[in-house]
Amino acid sequence: MSKSTGVDSRPVSVSDVSTPRAELFARVLDPASRANPYPIYAALRSEPVSRQSDGTWVVSGFDEIAALLHDPRISSDLRNAGQPAGGQSLIMQDPPNHDRLRAAVMGRFTPEVVESLRQGVHDLVAGLLDAAGPGTRLDLVEEIAYPLPVSVICKLLGIPPQDEARFHGWADTLARTLDLDPTMSREEQDAIDHAFTELHHYLENLVADRAEHRGDDLVSGLLTGGDHGEPLRGEELLITVRLLLIAGHETTVNLITNGMLTLLRHPDILERFRHEPDLVVPMVEELVRYEPSVQFRYRAALADIEIAGTTIPRGSVVVLLLAAGSRDPGHFTDPDRFVPDRLPNEHFGFGGGIHYCIGAPLARMEAQIVLPELVRRLVNPRLTMDPPPYRPTAALRGPRHLWVEVDGVRP
Amino acid sequence: MSGHPGNRGEHVVGEHVVIVGASLTGLHAAEALRGGGFAGRVTLVGAEPHPPYDRPSLSKRVLAGRMSADSTGLPQRQDLDAHWRLGNAAVALDRDTKTLTLDDGTALGFDKLLIATGTRARRWPDTAEAALTGVLSIRTRDDALELQARLAARPRRVLVIGAGFVGSEVASVCRELDLDVTVVERSAAPLAGALGQWAGAAAGRLQRGHGVDLRTETSVLALEGDADGRLRRVRLSDGDVLDVDVAVVALGAVRNVEWLAGSGLAIDARGVQCDPFCRAVDTDGRPCDDILVAGDVACWPHPLYEGLLAVEHWDNAVRQARVAATTILHGAVRAHTALPTFWSNQFGVNIKVVGVPGRADQVAVLQGSVERAAFVAAYGRGGRIIGALAVNTPRALDAYAEMISSRMSFPPDLNAADAPDPIRVLDLAVPAAG
Repeated sequence: MSKSTGVDSRPVSVSDVSTPRAELFARVLDPASRANPYPIYAALRSEPVSRQSDGTWVVSGFDEIAALLHDPRISSDLRNAGQPAGGQSLIMQDPPNHDRLRAAVMGRFTPEVVESLRQGVHDLVAGLLDAAGPGTRLDLVEEIAYPLPVSVICKLLGIPPQDEARFHGWADTLARTLDLDPTMSREEQDAIDHAFTELHHYLENLVADRAEHRGDDLVSGLLTGGDHGEPLRGEELLITVRLLLIAGHETTVNLITNGMLTLLRHPDILERFRHEPDLVVPMVEELVRYEPSVQFRYRAALADIEIAGTTIPRGSVVVLLLAAGSRDPGHFTDPDRFVPDRLPNEHFGFGGGIHYCIGAPLARMEAQIVLPELVRRLVNPRLTMDPPPYRPTAALRGPRHLWVEVDGVRP
Repeated sequence: MSGHPGNRGEHVVGEHVVIVGASLTGLHAAEALRGGGFAGRVTLVGAEPHPPYDRPSLSKRVLAGRMSADSTGLPQRQDLDAHWRLGNAAVALDRDTKTLTLDDGTALGFDKLLIATGTRARRWPDTAEAALTGVLSIRTRDDALELQARLAARPRRVLVIGAGFVGSEVASVCRELDLDVTVVERSAAPLAGALGQWAGAAAGRLQRGHGVDLRTETSVLALEGDADGRLRRVRLSDGDVLDVDVAVVALGAVRNVEWLAGSGLAIDARGVQCDPFCRAVDTDGRPCDDILVAGDVACWPHPLYEGLLAVEHWDNAVRQARVAATTILHGAVRAHTALPTFWSNQFGVNIKVVGVPGRADQVAVLQGSVERAAFVAAYGRGGRIIGALAVNTPRALDAYAEMISSRMSFPPDLNAADAPDPIRVLDLAVPAAG
């Protein structure tokens, strides 16, 4: 119980003021910064729109990010900044094509659909925790956080249970494609290509099957279309389903893992949460602000953009450093403190503007179910390694493992 | 007026703030006063008997019968601790003695007065015709309740006089209820006053596409009733005579300023004039520290627009109320420079507007497509962007607000991914400023 404020106990190589501002984002990308990038973000925020030496523009202030998330001069199609095509999914597209695809998904991914998954999530969490007992050492990533979201997405898509294991493998590999990572090795690239091909074939067969036998799953729904969405077909449907799998997976893994890590670093709040279960709703919101799964997104400037006293030139790569905006002291009181009932809490944890996370309601629901169950069932959980080892990706940030010791697992 | 943020409370304890007008503006001003630590007395005077309620839903969901008028009440802070004088209109103001007179003869002294009496619906000018049963306006809860009941009784045809936002929303509800509706508009297009002829023409196509009998450049010559004083027919300038049971008079609003006659404040058809800090200006042009104005009844100089601006929208009422409260608490430290913004839902379309498109001399669609009914149009005047209209693309408007505030040139070079090719800039008839 010695660590009551985990933030300060983490290794910080930060304010190494010797790093020139134009090199700060390179340090964000450096895996060595993964455990605690926030001091680098704070240094970046002193110039909320900052040109980096490689020519990218990093935006780290709340107001500036909010403005650009809504700006028609900002594109999600990075070909507009001379980058290779990032795939044809809707998160990499602009209006009007983006709007059409998004409407198709929104028309089928309704609050009722999310709600219909609730009992399934409860059952999955209970099953995973039952399987985790009775040992005294658990990896919350491998045993709980990782399997849960894939199983939920499989239910949403109507994947037969016997095929779920294959989805876990593909999701694992493809999560890396959300990062723009020039250091990726040849083997990793091959593995991704292979996973893409396999998943593609699987989904082709799935779609062909649903075209014949419509069910109440999302794939059938997308084939049928809805009030405001036209039916999706062929390649567009495959790409959209693949996006739901990839975007909905690791982000939720990280939300759950970051959530438990944060609670274990704040024993006082963990204790309060045991007695105040209603805290879970604002607390999950605060987790999404404080330790967001998605730290930043890349964009392209379609025209010269004057902002914060500078001009981002047309054709530039723009980094919207969402996690830095969500800790901007100009917008949040005491932004580096985890305040479980923070209000108001208007953060960028789910992005913003036309690309605002479609899966936010599902992610919230999963976290709101799994966190109280973990807190209720794990007896005296302790972190065995703090900080834990992290996955290398900077844009999608979360622990690779989260080992805890427990005195038991309650039934 | 003295004081600054450091020692507020000392000089205001025991002061009496009277707010005339117990609607959105009055309520938000009272809340902002309490939120800012004001410990003195607060009195809210309201001509209507109802506690503050929300008006935008009246011409939409309440009228359609999808929401009860009872549920339009605005939420209130627990600790407002205000004295309410509801059902009492103010009838006179004496600035020398700092006294307000109410319609029951009560004299109410104040240290600070906030004028937030808003507007009322402009009545049908012929009083005999206006008195016919079935001739209605829609401004208050009671208006909405009566009209909702009349629409629920399925009239043969509804006549809407005036195709501004309220008239168009009423027509939309009528079509939603599958009622025949005729809209009569003197100008060439609906919504043209606020959005210009170009957008008005598009709105006209939308209305006709939804089965509205829209008659532009047409006037009502006479409303005719039966022996029992019930509306039966309307005689139009295009020669037609239509059988109608309900006529909704939607000819805009009139400022509630008559009670201020003789007060020495600067008042005209645009409302009560104030400075950017909401201080009422007297006829000599001097701002009064103790008399403030906010909401629909106010007009004031805005740094981005020529002349005086008068804004009859929800968002402005709330923001201006907060500025007025700040001035009461701390003096002239925070100017009201927010951009006007408003929204409307009609005929299945979401309309959002920022700035003042009605004053533009040019317009251009910069994103989306009018044919697909999802677009953003920017409005310019003198080569600067001064307004924007978003149809079914509400999230786009924040960016345009920023362009307007930073006085970007028009048309702005956005190179947006969903821009029409080519972008066509249309000239609009130049309206008068102010």
